[in-house]
This record gives sequence, structure tokens and C-alpha cells, in this order.
Amino acid sequence: MVSLILSTAVRYIFPLQLLFSIFLLLRGHNEPGGGFVGGLVVAAAFSLVALANNVWTAQRTMGVNPRVLIGVGLLAAAVSGLQALIAGQPFMTAAWIARDIPVLGKVGTPLLFDFGVYLVVIGVTLTIIFTLMEE
Amino acid sequence: MMQVNTVMNIWIVLPILIPLLTAVGAVLAWNWRRVQRVLSVIGSAALLGAGLKLLLTVWTDGILALQIGSWPAPFGITLAADLFSAIMVVLAGLLAVTVTLYSLASMDMERESFGYYPILHILLMGVCGAFLSGDIFNLYVWFEVLLIASFVLLTLGGERAQLEGAIKYVTLNLMASALFLAGVGVLYGIAGTLNMADLAVQLAKMEHPEIVTAVSMLFLIAFGIKAAVFPLFFWLPASYHTPPVAVSAIFSGLLTKVGVYALFRVFTLLFVHNIRYTHTMILIIAGFTMVTGVLGAVAQTEFRRLLSFHIVSQIGYLLMGLGLYHPAAMAAAVFFMVHVVLAKSTLFLVSGVVHWLQGTYDLKKLGGLYASAPGLALLFLIPALSLAGIPPLPGFFAKLALVGAGLQLGQYVISAVALAVSILTLFSMIKIWNEAFWKPQPLAATCASAQPVLLIIPIVLLALVILGIGFFAGPLFTLAARAAEQLSDPAGYIQAVLGGA
Repeated sequence: MVSLILSTAVRYIFPLQLLFSIFLLLRGHNEPGGGFVGGLVVAAAFSLVALANNVWTAQRTMGVNPRVLIGVGLLAAAVSGLQALIAGQPFMTAAWIARDIPVLGKVGTPLLFDFGVYLVVIGVTLTIIFTLMEE
Repeated sequence: MMQVNTVMNIWIVLPILIPLLTAVGAVLAWNWRRVQRVLSVIGSAALLGAGLKLLLTVWTDGILALQIGSWPAPFGITLAADLFSAIMVVLAGLLAVTVTLYSLASMDMERESFGYYPILHILLMGVCGAFLSGDIFNLYVWFEVLLIASFVLLTLGGERAQLEGAIKYVTLNLMASALFLAGVGVLYGIAGTLNMADLAVQLAKMEHPEIVTAVSMLFLIAFGIKAAVFPLFFWLPASYHTPPVAVSAIFSGLLTKVGVYALFRVFTLLFVHNIRYTHTMILIIAGFTMVTGVLGAVAQTEFRRLLSFHIVSQIGYLLMGLGLYHPAAMAAAVFFMVHVVLAKSTLFLVSGVVHWLQGTYDLKKLGGLYASAPGLALLFLIPALSLAGIPPLPGFFAKLALVGAGLQLGQYVISAVALAVSILTLFSMIKIWNEAFWKPQPLAATCASAQPVLLIIPIVLLALVILGIGFFAGPLFTLAARAAEQLSDPAGYIQAVLGGA
């Protein structure tokens, strides 16, 4: 059953949620937030689309299979640690770009790690939700 | 110190990183099963290579430690590898290679396309992580990683029997995890640290050692459930015979051994202030585990269930080494560990080929394999007789050393039990031999005649390793003795992790 009110509302809420998730992701290093909650917010956004319309719309909106995000996210997290190995430091030692970058703030491998977590959380949550809703 | 170690330290991360990257690759290649299979073989081989290199490095340079992210020891996450850990990682690598090869031939398409290979490598990552963790909370995290992966492997395919076994397995293991976590919490409450080396230092200074003894019992129960010791083992024979053989083999080879490894770690490093109580307790449990396990095995008529009960029985021997708490006994236990991991997995793989040939695991319906597949019969005999302790197979040397140490230390009861159980083990192995290989096949049922080469290669490989260990037991004993030396003198481990402090 498709609710007109919900599907109209989702059209406005959806982009806001995505923006908010990026805000959470970037702010997470020293303040409340981070890849995990950010990822959950994205997953919530897509689940809302799935609820308001149907699963296929949500999947089409997403464009990629959530499973791919799990792989890419894990890879990003692993690579963020590998950088230190190449530099001859203990695994996962953080490396930062010296100067602050506008909007993003401090950028370094922990951000990449957080981004990996972000993708994995989106991927896992949506894989579960989509699978359950398809049945 | 940091600078010197960095190059070698790559070897301590790789056993965790390689399975992770393999799993990532396999997830990304989700729809290309062929790519997953190739990746899986490469990843397993790389893991074995990295494990061997790690063992070599620890052998030449002593215990390795790595502070993840350069956060100093008691605060950050520590990885540490002594010889015992390195040996376990090598075993994990060896099983990874053999089980992956075996899976190539035996795993059905459905399981493969639902992520068998990625999960297998996540499991390996968890196992290696647990072996290398130098921090008790991270040990818990790695346990969770490997447990969750094992839940999936156990239920993948969703057959009725699998789900039934999985319920018991999951429930009991979750309870163990809760107890483990509670133990970690209490430990943190009384000592204020989670780094195992630092904990060892703090616990030694404790004013009320009774509290530590109480906590140690929590750990004994938690790891005891995971290692499947008496009286907490019943989840194991209820679940291990339900998944595909490749999964049974890796479970039997590695999962309970992680529990045993954790028991060795905490009861040689942390809880050594009241040995008379704790280690006597372990010794009693060891005795009961041996006896109940083997009695259970004797009563079974299903190939894999029989082997499952044997796992329990063999765990008892490993714990006996820990309970005796003497370098000679622990060396014997380390040697025993190598042998039992190899022998047990080989037997499970053989049971898979038997099933392939005659379509059943029921010993009553099997038969005539000695005539129809003499090579397989030989491959069965090697691990089976080794497990029973017939010279010159490694099981004999392991038991000899263990019982020898027991007698030397005046622990006559447990030594006698070990010997008696050994005879019963031989009896139950002969039972399989008689039923499956010797007697004529009762019903000329459907039987495949040819055995796929990929099913046989891993078994031959493992059998050769077992024979090799048997004929060249000396070097491995030297290795085991040094590993036991490191275990019984925690000062080296503490020094490696905490530095000069």
C-alpha cells in the first residue's frame, strides 16, 4: 500500500537525510557522529523510500547492490591501515594531510577508515532490510 | 625498539589482513564464483606462507609485539605473537589451504553463490586474530568475529538438521560469550587494564588473590564451553556433523582449539597465583573430558558424530598438559595440538570421501571400502592410528610425552586415565575400520566409483604432514619445548609487549 502523504514527504526528507549523514560522517572524528551513525542514517533514508514506495524503487534509487558497498567499505578500511605499513610504521598508524582542507577539516587515513565503516554499515543494513522486504 | 620491530611487524598483521582482503575480494566478486574460488585458494596459500614466515621470525627474533596505530602498550590495541601463537597460525593456514581445495570439489553451487568463500575467510581472520591478540577485550572481539562467521557457515544451506544443530551451537556459544564478557568486565574493574601483559603485572600485585581466582573460574567456564570440555561439551556432537564436510573439518580443526588456546593463554599468563586450586580443577576437568568424550564416541554409529565425540576426548589431553603446568607437559600439549588438529581434520575429510563413495555416514550401512578403495583405507589409517597413539605416528610421541610428564610429576591417576582412554580411542577407530572398510557392504547401494582428485589431494597432503611429523618428531619437539618455555615464563611475553617498563 502506497501512502501519498508519506511518499511526498519522503521526497523532501530523503536528500536532507543524506546530507545529514555526510555531516555526521565528517564531524565524527572528535565530536559525536562518525561513520557508523552516518551509515545508519543513510540506511534509514533508503528504508524510508522502500516503505513509502516499494523495495524496487529503493534499490533503483540506490543504483548499486548494497553488497558491493560492504566490499568497497571493507577495502577502504583495510587500505587506510595499509598506508602505515607502506610508510614503515605499525599497522593503522594515522597519517594526516598537514593543512586543513576547507569544509572537510582535518583529512587523513582515519577519515578513510570512517568512510569504510560508513559504507559497510549502509551495505549490511540495507542488505538485511531489502532481503527481508523482498520476501 | 619501535623502529627495529616495524619491518618484522608486518608479519604479525598479515595473518589477519590476508583473510580480510581475500574476503573483500570474494565479496566484490560475488557473482563470479570462479573468481571467488581462485581468490580463495590464493588467499589460503598466502595465509599459510605468512604463518610460516611469522613462525620463522618468532623463532629467530623472539616474541613479537605490535602496537596497532602506534598507541603505546597498556592503552592501545596490542598484537603479540609467541611461538605458540605462531604455531597455531601456521596450523590455521594449513587447514585453510586443504579445506579450500576440498571445498572446490565438494561445495555445492548454492552455498558457493551465497557467500561460502567470503565467510570462510572471515572465519580464518577471526581465528588468526584470536591467536595473535595481546589484549583480552580484543580476544573477545575476535571470538565474536569467528563465532558469527561460524554461525553462518553452520546454517548456510538451511537444511533441517543444520538448523537443529545450529540452535544448540548458537545458544551455548552466546552464553559463553556473555560469561567471557562478564569476566573481562570484572577483570577490568579490579585491575584497570585490558592488555594481557599489563594484566599479568597488575594481577600479580593484587591484594586479594581470591577475587582473581573467582574471575578465573568465569574464564574457565566461558572458554570451557568454547573448547567443549566436560560437562559443557554437548553442543559439539549435536552440531558438528550437520554442515558440509569441509565446514566440519575446519570447525573440528580450529574452533575448539581457539578455546583451548585461550585457556592456555590466560592460565599461563594471567591466572597463575593459585595453581594448586585452578590447575587442579583443570586437571580434573581434563580427565572427565577424555573419558566422557571417548565413551560417547564408542557408542556412536554415525561416522561424523563418532569423530565429533573424539574431538571432545582429545581436548581432554590438551587440557591435561595445561593442568599439569610444567614445561615438559605443556610442550607435550603443544605437540599434541599440532597432531590432533591435523589428524582430526584429515579424518573428517576422509568421512566426506566415504560419503561421496557410498552416500551415507551411517557405519551400519557402509562397508567394503578396503576392497573398493584401498588408497582411501590407507589414508584413513594414518590419522586414525595416529590418534590412537600407535608408533611411529606423531600421536604416539605426543601421548608418550604427556603421560611421561604426568608420571614424572606424580599425577598417576590422570596418567592412567590418559592411557586407558587411549585404548578406547583405538577401539573406536577400529570400529570405524571394521564397519566402513573391512566388512562387506550390506546393500550394494548406489556408489560412485571414481574419487575426484581434488577431494583426495588435501587428504594426501595432510596425511603426508602427519607422517612427516611422525618420522621427524625431533625438530617439532624442540619447537614445542621452546613454545612451552615461553608459556611457562610470562616475563618474556610481558617484556615484549610492555617494553622495558
